[in-house]
Amino acid sequence: MHEMGIANSVLEAVRTEMGLHPGTYPCKVGVRIGELAAIDQDALRFCFEAIIHETDLKSLQLGIELCPRRHRCQLCGCEFIVRDYDSSCPQCASLKTTCISGDELELAYLEVEEYGSSTFGAKSSQRERPHRG
Amino acid sequence: MDRVPLERKVLSENDRIAAELRARFQEHGVLCLNIISSPGSGKTSLLERTLEALPPHDRVAVLTGDIQTENDADRLKRFHFPVKQITTGGTCHLDARMIERHLADWRLEDLDLLLIENVGNLVCPSSYDLGEAAKIVVLSVTEGEDKPLKYPSIFFKSDLLVLSKIDLLPYVPFDIEAAAENARKVHPEMEIVKVSCLNRHGLHEWMMWLAERRRAHKPLVQQTAS
Repeated sequence: MHEMGIANSVLEAVRTEMGLHPGTYPCKVGVRIGELAAIDQDALRFCFEAIIHETDLKSLQLGIELCPRRHRCQLCGCEFIVRDYDSSCPQCASLKTTCISGDELELAYLEVEEYGSSTFGAKSSQRERPHRG
Repeated sequence: MDRVPLERKVLSENDRIAAELRARFQEHGVLCLNIISSPGSGKTSLLERTLEALPPHDRVAVLTGDIQTENDADRLKRFHFPVKQITTGGTCHLDARMIERHLADWRLEDLDLLLIENVGNLVCPSSYDLGEAAKIVVLSVTEGEDKPLKYPSIFFKSDLLVLSKIDLLPYVPFDIEAAAENARKVHPEMEIVKVSCLNRHGLHEWMMWLAERRRAHKPLVQQTAS
């Protein structure tokens, strides 16, 4: 369970990036997670929510894009998604294929909004946390 | 609303420190190996048998990680090589900064081989680069032959699979060939050795693998240095 550390790193990156965009606030941060990255997306969401709770970034959303394992055939160059650990080439059946993606753990984008823009008030009130029953 | 592309790794700070460590290891000709397994698979026992088999003046050091206790370092210090315990205090993996910190008072020029025993965990250590030349995954025969399929990340990223505790094979329903096949499904080029640290079967193959890696690392370093 290292998703808490990952969530912290994402948040640190957001804070660093925000230094470059004065007059704005962050709305959503996008991350890319590969199938081989050993990250549980539900655990990451849980940790992310927990660390932004009651901070100035409490309305920040987390966008997760899951990336499959992709291989390229060394013989025919065909690129394909590996399913059920079958990494043989679907075109020429060669077993000599190389992993080209699938272990991503990357920050993809950050969506920022200017302070005082028309949507600001509406957004922050929409994203208030519901009280626990 | 503006979308700013970030396009960098989440663990870029860890990767930056790991890259610095790798460059230092390379500069001083140190082969660094990162050994990973579930808790209790036999990483420390494998290191005990390894240190025991190495000549007394070999330039070897060990960093061993655990959440609590100095037990592993105490076990490994008996062989008179430099050993340091990294207690993470709760963190389930080692990261590059911990390695950097614990290497601070060792002279890398006095070492040829640095063995890192990670915290027992098949998941998280696979995300953290420590600057190692290779990862080694240990899987014991009491764990189940489908572990490579359940935890593909670490098996995909390791160069060598050490199947440990093979002395227990007569007593457990573990299909060692299926385990090897599963590991190669995830990682077709995976090298595999089968060892028992109790009756010492297979340790020769492991030591040969290690010696070969050390031999292969040396000319690589000399080429880079010249």
